[in-house]
Amino acid sequence: MAKKNYAFYPGCSSQKGASASNFVPSIDVMCDKLDIQLNEIPDWNCCSASIGYGEGGQLSRLVLNARNLALVEQNMPGQDLVSGCPACWLATRETAEKLSEVDSLMADTNEALKEAGLNFKGTVKARHLVEVLIEDVGFDAMKAPVVKPLEGMKIAGYVGCQTNRPFGIAGESFENPQYLDKMIETVGAEAATGYEQKITCCGGALAFSEPEKSQKQIRDIVESAYDHGVDMIVTPCQLCQANVEIYQSEINKKKGTKLAMPVVYYSQLMTVAYGGNAKQAGLDGNILRPQKLLDIATK
Amino acid sequence: MSELNQKAVAKYQNNFLKEVEERVEDGEWVSMCMQCGVCAGSCPLGPHWEHSPQKIFRMIMAGKRDEVLTSDSVWMCTSCYSCIVRCPRKLPITHIMHGIAHYAHRLDVAPKGQPTRELARVFWNNLIKTGRVNELKFSLAVYFKDGFSQGIKNLMSMQGIALGLVKAKRLNPMEIIGGHKCKDVGGIQKMLAKAKEIEDRRQGYSS
Amino acid sequence: MAEMKTAAYICSGCGLGDKLDVPQLAKIAQKEGKMALVREHDFLCNAEGVQMIRDDIEKEAVTHICIAACSRRAKTEAFNFPTVAMTRANLREGVIWVVSEGGDHDEVRQEMADDYVRMGCAELKKAKMPEGNPNHTHLKNLMVVGGGISGMTAAFEAAETGYEVILVEKQAQLGGWADKLWKRVPFKAPYAEPQDTGVAELAAKVSSHPLIKVYLNTTVAETSGAPGRFAIKLAQESGAITEVSAGAIVQATGFTTYDINKLPELGGGLENVVDHAGLEVLAKAANGGAIKRADGREIKSVVFLQCAGQRDDTGRHLPYCSGHCCATSIKQAMYFKDANPEVNTVVVYDDLRVPGMGEDFYRSAQHKGVIFAKGNASKVETAGNGCRVNYRDLILDADSILEADLVVLATGQVPSSGVNVVEWDKLTKEADGGSVEAKQQKSELKNISILNLTYRQGPDVPKLKYGFADSHFICFPYETQRTGIYTAGPVRRPMDILQATEDATGAALKAIQAAENASLGRAAHPRAGDLSYPIVRLEGCTQCKRCTVECPFGAIDEDEKRFPVFNEQRCRRCGTCMGACPVRVISFENYSVDTVGNQIKSIEIPDEFSEKPRILVLACENDAYPALDMAGLSRIVYSAFVRIIPVRCLGSVNTIWITDALNSGYDGVMMMGCKKGDEYQCHFVKGSELAGYRMSKIGDTLTGMGLEPERVSTFEVAITDNAKVAGFINDYVAQLVEMGPSPMKGFN
Repeated sequence: MAKKNYAFYPGCSSQKGASASNFVPSIDVMCDKLDIQLNEIPDWNCCSASIGYGEGGQLSRLVLNARNLALVEQNMPGQDLVSGCPACWLATRETAEKLSEVDSLMADTNEALKEAGLNFKGTVKARHLVEVLIEDVGFDAMKAPVVKPLEGMKIAGYVGCQTNRPFGIAGESFENPQYLDKMIETVGAEAATGYEQKITCCGGALAFSEPEKSQKQIRDIVESAYDHGVDMIVTPCQLCQANVEIYQSEINKKKGTKLAMPVVYYSQLMTVAYGGNAKQAGLDGNILRPQKLLDIATK
Repeated sequence: MSELNQKAVAKYQNNFLKEVEERVEDGEWVSMCMQCGVCAGSCPLGPHWEHSPQKIFRMIMAGKRDEVLTSDSVWMCTSCYSCIVRCPRKLPITHIMHGIAHYAHRLDVAPKGQPTRELARVFWNNLIKTGRVNELKFSLAVYFKDGFSQGIKNLMSMQGIALGLVKAKRLNPMEIIGGHKCKDVGGIQKMLAKAKEIEDRRQGYSS
Repeated sequence: MAEMKTAAYICSGCGLGDKLDVPQLAKIAQKEGKMALVREHDFLCNAEGVQMIRDDIEKEAVTHICIAACSRRAKTEAFNFPTVAMTRANLREGVIWVVSEGGDHDEVRQEMADDYVRMGCAELKKAKMPEGNPNHTHLKNLMVVGGGISGMTAAFEAAETGYEVILVEKQAQLGGWADKLWKRVPFKAPYAEPQDTGVAELAAKVSSHPLIKVYLNTTVAETSGAPGRFAIKLAQESGAITEVSAGAIVQATGFTTYDINKLPELGGGLENVVDHAGLEVLAKAANGGAIKRADGREIKSVVFLQCAGQRDDTGRHLPYCSGHCCATSIKQAMYFKDANPEVNTVVVYDDLRVPGMGEDFYRSAQHKGVIFAKGNASKVETAGNGCRVNYRDLILDADSILEADLVVLATGQVPSSGVNVVEWDKLTKEADGGSVEAKQQKSELKNISILNLTYRQGPDVPKLKYGFADSHFICFPYETQRTGIYTAGPVRRPMDILQATEDATGAALKAIQAAENASLGRAAHPRAGDLSYPIVRLEGCTQCKRCTVECPFGAIDEDEKRFPVFNEQRCRRCGTCMGACPVRVISFENYSVDTVGNQIKSIEIPDEFSEKPRILVLACENDAYPALDMAGLSRIVYSAFVRIIPVRCLGSVNTIWITDALNSGYDGVMMMGCKKGDEYQCHFVKGSELAGYRMSKIGDTLTGMGLEPERVSTFEVAITDNAKVAGFINDYVAQLVEMGPSPMKGFN
């Protein structure tokens, strides 16, 4: 079967040695099994993330994202731009939609893009990797390569914010999206239905600037997972993964709690279920060891 | 008072709503708020700010310029987008909050030393240098933004986390020299300079 | 009239034959019911069964039939025999569907059915076929009072339907309040811009309509008569009186604005403070250009204060919401923005109420730059060349100030509904008692009357709440408590132009219905088409006036000797007069003291040792009886010791029925009627209330008979209370069992 081609936008945090670098190997295995061919966009740049607004004006941010779109349009005709990072996807999609709606912004954007030798006509669609899995692959096909069902594992599906809002996955509710639970079940694990903190904000970039406030959010997210008796939390978001995993030790230090709830990516679950080993699943990159998943991966 | 701010005050007299409508990203939506307060109830940082989006909008309509532009609250946005999806009037609240924060920062009337404001400044400077974010340099810059000794203190408090990340190969000490970057950094920088120039012209900051 | 010949038909379909001894029922009809002809049929409502009855009517000259089958509310199309008197014994919904299953209950089930057959026959013997009111009327035209949007619409719609209309307007031109507007709120998508009022166009259509005769500068000096025969004296400004007649009346006399001088704290009375009406004057003068104040100064800033003197809980101002004012302020704010977008326009509101598509209109105003501030104004004062508004900003929770060239107060609608007949009645009593002052007040009050009815109960239609001429808070729109007179528009309840237009159309149709029914000698609503009418035996009357006072619809006047004068066309056939009459001289052909009394006396009362109590249930046919039928339909079981008789209204219950029942050994009486009080659900307004009042007076009689007062109880039953009503019955039966058998048993 011919592989489907997509222009891949990994995003800064997925670079080698960056905070979500362990996300990439599992994406590779998962996509390979599902006949998805991700072609990295040549010389992509940062999307300006959700904190770029402070210093960067609207046009500057649009231009940054338009550059990536233009690179795809020019070098990878016919391919959708796909990102694994919700912030990258959100910023790129917002840009694509805004430019198609407001002609004057499109004109200004192209005037600036010209300085980098580029032009954007507006033909590229920006998508999230999860959209590709659900809409182009489908749950049945996602189930097909499963060789090691994650039996006996209970997992809290933590969707977070930006994969879910303001765009979300088509057909899903903003208040209670179901797809992550379905993905958990697809790989043979039990989803913690009724997990109250499914769409709670982890604090995002404010984990840096407002640590107390963000850590309160993180504590809620983790403690609710404990209440549901899960083995780990799974998320589709790099920043969610990092914030919720990394700061548990800080919270323990400050509040005397004993939080140690592993937080993994959905692609890590799938990689293990598809027969990948711990390294292929990037499990060596998890600071809090997802023991049950490791056990299955090494079985 | 910054020169840009003085000019803005002179230009819009007491019509702050008009100033916001013309100069703040998605500001033309402000007057469509129907004051229901769903945004206020949806914000994860609700317990921490003084002015909910609902209040910010009312303050804009009531011409409370100084209070809005110096408000700490607009910097409390985590970009969770809850307010946007729940607003019955479909106001792009997240964008408006970002827009107000940016405008206050641009006029240099935003609260001095506001942590998120400083974070945003550091982040942007980091990204435009190479076209991509260098997480190590970014983190160090955040920790050292209040001076060297505070920086060391911050660093020491976070060393457990940092070592964990290094061990997991999710933080690379070698990034301090060089690190990831775009090939066409020059083009990116020229492009951003042009964008700023156009934006300043459109917003009336420059002629 | 042909000689009376009775027949009973007993159905064994729908399981009746399985559960009941039908031959025994037939025997009872024959022996005890004394029916001349008794037939059984296994499917009475089918074509063959119905034909059998028809044949008997034609060939056997049967004049009175009792159908012992299902509820009187079922199979009404099959059992439709308009040439004979008919009663129904309810064996299906009333017996086999509600009595417990099984052989243990065979005996009580059969006893219940036996009694219903006895009752059906007993009722039949006292019933006559209603012939219809012989006083046929012929007028089908309408008089519409008030030439505003409501009145013009009612007139035009009636005329377009083919009915002649007399339209009376006290001003020199048609148009009313709407004619004073610069523009109105939009009725159609996109609900974004103020629209032309359309008054001139409608007035032209009305004035030129061949079926409409318009009387300008005219008021109603006197209205007498009844539906189908109203006689009206119209007083022209010149003093000339014109006599006209009409079949029915629509009153569309609108409203006046609340006097802003009563609102000094909000600046009422200050030079630069106006109400909506005042602003319309300025907008009309501006004619689309910049709006100027009375002093000629162009208005650059304006503040609207919502709910001014409305929704007031202090008792000083109007307690209600007038509904239209939020949209009206939005519209008027647009006047300013459309003429000059730079005008600073603020609407201070507590709740912005723009129902339906008004939300789009509100949004449109926001687009135009109108600012909406949630707040409460506390004080408006003169400041500089304009006004200063002090208000509490309810979002910022702070005292705030707005400066404006002009302040507009959104005041409410005060209905132009004429005389308060309750006050009138009080003054009448005092004047009759010799009070000169009351007589004087009464004649002053008469000056504000709109219809100047010659009715015994006062010169205008009764008010429901806050002076609005309505008859129920939700049911029976347009109907007043005066049959044949309908109200439409803001005189009925606060409303905007669009609602008034719909209201007027509805009222016109109701008025047509009343005139048509009157011409056929039939009742209007709610017993539409009923041919029975109240018949009074005046030779027995003691001139006690109870009937004339208690009639909820003012149908009964009094002559000089204080005998009642029945205006049958005004009557709604509820029987309240029959229930009131202490000497029992009022009756209907098919519903009388005897038709019910005879049923009560017809049943067999088991002795005190039988442990079989008997409870009479008098159930209102509008709600309680349908609820009982529904209980049957849902197979909800209730005690087989009750014997249920439907009544037209609890108001028609004559206390003789109660005393007769208790004297004959019934253990108790349940009266089931509609909810009473402010939010009453009685179809005849006061029936259930009057019944409650009358029963409260019966206690002494019971004590005199040596009976506990609990042996007569009243219950409120809504049409949806099918489960509840069974509970009422079972609980009450249990209570009576506890109390022991009536000591009256065995005396008869």
